[in-house]
Amino acid sequence: MLLIYNRPGFVDELSEEERTALFGEVDEIMRELTEAGELVGGEALAHPSHTRTVRMGDGAPAVTDGPFLESKEVFAGYVAVDCSADRAAEIAARWPDVRYGGVMEIRPFMGGSGTEM
Amino acid sequence: MTTPAVPEDLLRALAPQVLGTLVRRHGQFDACEDAVQEALLAAAVQWPEEGVPDSPRGWLLTVATRRLTDLWRSEHARRDREAAVAVEEERVAPAPDEEPSGRDDTLTLLFLCCHPALSEPSQVALTLRAVGGLTTAEIARAFLVPEATMAQRISRAKATIRKAGARFEPPPPGERARRLGVVLHVLYLIFNEGYTASSGPDLRRADLTAEAIRLTRALRALLPGNGEVTGLLALMLLTDARRAARTGPDGLLVPLAEQDRSRWDRAEIEEGVALVTDALTWSPPGLYQVQAAIAAVHAEAAGDADTDWPQILALYRLLSHLAPNPMVTLNEAVATAMVHGPRAGLEILDGLEADGRLTDHHRLTAVRAHLLERDGDRSAARDAYRRAARLTTSLPERRYLETRAARLNESDPS
Repeated sequence: MLLIYNRPGFVDELSEEERTALFGEVDEIMRELTEAGELVGGEALAHPSHTRTVRMGDGAPAVTDGPFLESKEVFAGYVAVDCSADRAAEIAARWPDVRYGGVMEIRPFMGGSGTEM
Repeated sequence: MTTPAVPEDLLRALAPQVLGTLVRRHGQFDACEDAVQEALLAAAVQWPEEGVPDSPRGWLLTVATRRLTDLWRSEHARRDREAAVAVEEERVAPAPDEEPSGRDDTLTLLFLCCHPALSEPSQVALTLRAVGGLTTAEIARAFLVPEATMAQRISRAKATIRKAGARFEPPPPGERARRLGVVLHVLYLIFNEGYTASSGPDLRRADLTAEAIRLTRALRALLPGNGEVTGLLALMLLTDARRAARTGPDGLLVPLAEQDRSRWDRAEIEEGVALVTDALTWSPPGLYQVQAAIAAVHAEAAGDADTDWPQILALYRLLSHLAPNPMVTLNEAVATAMVHGPRAGLEILDGLEADGRLTDHHRLTAVRAHLLERDGDRSAARDAYRRAARLTTSLPERRYLETRAARLNESDPS
């Protein structure tokens, strides 16, 4: 699983040209992953202003709006791929957000298979 | 292919034969493979309703050939309307149902699907579809990926084979042994994928063990004089025999030493032991035969305490000699501990840590935990179990390791 973190609104600060190039790069990587039969799934998350938070309130879980994190990196989306750890790192290194201060995290899924020891 | 009235075994056995015939006649492995897959799907729908035709093979061949013609027609309609169609029409002229030469074709297909230009996941997927006759949907379910992902993987694999210039013919004699090694490895991967999943809700995936055994049986029928093919079949049978005993009623993994041996499959054990015993009398020992021999020694012990550990240690040393690899050394450490005590096993583990290739591997840490526990160092054992639990990406293994750590906690709250 590739977890994409970036600063909300960073795209707005880019020039038209840069923006087009950025989306083009993402499309290109997604197309490559699809054609290779490596893409399992992926989603982009809406702007953090849509965030609602659930935590324990007065004896029951309570829902509040926010937090609205504008200035720091937030979780922005994910791409799930079925491939080796090295290949996942290679894909993450090409993700354009990294060049604009974003961060990619690579974490393996837990699987249901196991070996008796 | 889930309607009970469909003779699924018949379809799957015919799949590689029909594909082989088609490719030999027309070339173009990738197009032929699609055509056969469509013919198999058509048979799965029509046969239960209309009955199995007198010549199932001839029926499949006719339908697949028709699909192939359709495919070429639509392709050529796009490219070049007149000339090409006429040429292909000639090539696809209906042929009578010739004598099946399924034997060599199946083997050639296996070599092609396990082409070295392909990644392991692609080799596995293509083998299951083209030789095993499984549908893309079935393979996708077995490997827990979306069907579209698996379809792409298979189509990419076929394109890669075409680009590599591979032809539908056996590999040259000089490459044959190496290429057969790849085929055996792919079959073993399919088996392990199913076997390690054979707990909890993943029963669909466990079907892969049966499929791997079926394909290896078919390969052995083609190459009865190859000791490693026989050895692999024996290894699969002897491992699969323990399937029912490898998980407890709570779904927890049960280590070999604690398995209820009355639940081991005696028929599979008898067949596996007979196969490997026989192979070792006439074949030079190879990786699969030696691993099968080790499994046989376990299988023949009435209980864990009756295991002939010196024999197992000798076999692991032979394996280390044939193919040195840290995983084999890890198993050798276990056997050494059983023969010479846990300290001797731990010393080998220290060597493995220094070697570096298995550092931070959960299996190395889990073995260390077991040996520390046997040596009486409960707190170090507990820490090692916990560390191994963090290192594994397998849910059942993590649960097992956490349980072992907790067990040490309860009785020794230091």
